[in-house]
Amino acid sequence: MTTSLERRNALYDNDLACYERMVEIREFEKITNALFAAGSIRGTTHLAVGQEALALGMATTLKPTDVIAGTYRSHALALAFGLTPHSVLGEIMGKATGCCGGVGGSMHMCDTSVGVLPTSAIIGGGMPIAAGAALAFQVQKSKNIGVALFGDGATNIGAFHESLNLAAIWKLPVVFVCDNNVYGEYSRINTTTPIDDLHIRAESYAMPHMAIDGMDIHAVRKGIGEAVDRARSGGGPTLVEAKTYRFSGHSRADQALYRPEGELEKWQKRDPLLVTEQDLIARKLITQDQIDQIKSTKEADLGALATKVESDPEPELSAMFSNIWTPAKAGK
Amino acid sequence: MTAMRVRQAIVAALADEMRADENVIFFGEDVAEAEGPFKTSEGILEEFGPVRVRDTPISEMGFTGAAVGAAMMGLKPVVEIMFIEFLGVALDQVVTEGAKMRYLSNGTLSVPMTIRASVGSGLGFGCQHSQTLEHWFASTPGLKVLMPSDAQSAYSLLRAAIQDPDPVIVLEPRILYAERGEVDTSKVTKIGKASMRATGSDITIVALGHMVNIAEAAIKAAGVSADLVDLQTIIPWDRETVLASVKKTGRLIVVEEAPQSGGWGSEIVATVTAQLFSSLKSAPFRITTPDVPVPFNGGLEARFAPTSDDVARQIKHALSQSGAPQPWWVAEGVAK
Ligand SMILES: Cc1ncc(C[n+]2csc(CCOP(=O)(O)OP(=O)(O)O)c2C)c(N)n1
Ligand SMILES: [Mg+2]
Repeated sequence: MTTSLERRNALYDNDLACYERMVEIREFEKITNALFAAGSIRGTTHLAVGQEALALGMATTLKPTDVIAGTYRSHALALAFGLTPHSVLGEIMGKATGCCGGVGGSMHMCDTSVGVLPTSAIIGGGMPIAAGAALAFQVQKSKNIGVALFGDGATNIGAFHESLNLAAIWKLPVVFVCDNNVYGEYSRINTTTPIDDLHIRAESYAMPHMAIDGMDIHAVRKGIGEAVDRARSGGGPTLVEAKTYRFSGHSRADQALYRPEGELEKWQKRDPLLVTEQDLIARKLITQDQIDQIKSTKEADLGALATKVESDPEPELSAMFSNIWTPAKAGK
Repeated sequence: MTAMRVRQAIVAALADEMRADENVIFFGEDVAEAEGPFKTSEGILEEFGPVRVRDTPISEMGFTGAAVGAAMMGLKPVVEIMFIEFLGVALDQVVTEGAKMRYLSNGTLSVPMTIRASVGSGLGFGCQHSQTLEHWFASTPGLKVLMPSDAQSAYSLLRAAIQDPDPVIVLEPRILYAERGEVDTSKVTKIGKASMRATGSDITIVALGHMVNIAEAAIKAAGVSADLVDLQTIIPWDRETVLASVKKTGRLIVVEEAPQSGGWGSEIVATVTAQLFSSLKSAPFRITTPDVPVPFNGGLEARFAPTSDDVARQIKHALSQSGAPQPWWVAEGVAK
């Protein structure tokens, strides 16, 4: 069986593998959506369609020893960073084979072997934690860095501002990555936030900042790479705003009818899969036939996986009582 | 009487209060244009307009605190917190600011605000979106904490909350939003007053929110004659009704959808034990969740909150033995 770490390592310096992973994420989310609609997934799902280039760009710029704190919208992050489709789908379906043993659910991805800290379902929840991980690396004189991945809507919560300020004054080795996909739930960002370029908020914390094209893996690697180098070499934090688009609704059955006409279609021309395909074809690394082949293989593989996961074991009743705390060891 | 879903009863109560008093304003995340993630504000923006009905950024501390300030200046803000957990980032404004303003102004200020929040397990939202958390507020003097159990109480409690001169938190069991019931819109509950869901002679069951429905099913399943007290208000709770009932039945069970440690039911058991010790026929006890986070997996989550089967088991125990039964996880040897 392939481990998360092997899946992660397979991506470095391999643009074709990155593309295949992007297709895997896209097909995975289609299946997640279908399983949810069919009632095989409980609760809620937040699809990461459109996040593929950002996720892969980050996964191949960061090392597996760096850590990242993400959100409820983390299926792309999890798969890109190395988690197997089995452990991700297992978790979404509440199976014992899931990355959290089935007690977490769709919003809660985790695999410490590739630096994926438990993702938070609370807006802003992961940001101070990423700063804190970076603090540990600073104190431990390690070369690892912390990363927080969060949405545009999260820039209006106190934790965003407090984390940025703290990271700036302590010069923490952390990168704050804002996935500006234009929407927070059913609200367009311009209805809740008076500025268009969110990264300029770093100005007031005297923190370097930039906007990047989040639909192009090369642009992501370049921008995140610069921020990562700065953090690793003691230069402190950076706020990176990745301009992306949320191709799906917010969650569950949301059809995003509130989108202005034509907006989705405009962004579909910048679909990260399309952008990558064009690049790979131009570089003669792939043919259209191969693209079609990859897509149909992934679709079939994941379809078969879904059938398998449906019959995976449920967690034991004792799982409900596990991993809550350990008895005190110190003192008498 | 009108048949309504619980979420519609909430809309109706808000609309009736907004019609009656132009000082009532309403805001929260996606509550105006989108009419609420749980459709608990359908038609509110349309009828009352964007001055009184507003969408907010994802800034719970900011907008909840703004409700405190606006309330101090004479408005009656109602804010929606989509999931109770999100109040975590706004606790200062509620517990340490809002709840203290009357006190710190020597009685010259009041904070007539209402916080509505959805609570509870059972829908597969995982451990960060399924708690009830009433105990976060139940030990803060200055707050009033309410929880409806059906469409009628959702309507009547919300109207009472909005009319009240103090900060009131209304915790709405999310699992009930789609449930239907008959609603009499002339009824406004008195805060602090319990309601009798059933009356009987052998045992008193005190419950709150969705646990009232669970207890009702359990009483039927156990085939006993019981008083079922729907507490409705956690602070200030209705001592008079509970004590009168236990005085009559001599037995008490409290059913809570919250962890065993630190729950409001302890307060009730302690009060009843201290005041009615000599008239008790068996040990009063609580039925709670185990001290664990809410698990996502469906099979596990189904065991998390008290079930009607398990409540029925414990009711039968209480009627046949004087000592309290063990919680299921101990009885089944799953945990200590
Ligand atoms: C403190 C808090 N408030 C509200 C929510 C509910 N909520 C979940 S996702 C979301 C929108 C977030 O938008 P954004 O940050 O842009 O991330 P996206 O979902 O677009 O990835 C909201 C309001 C929450 N989870 N936590
Ligand atoms: Mg967004």
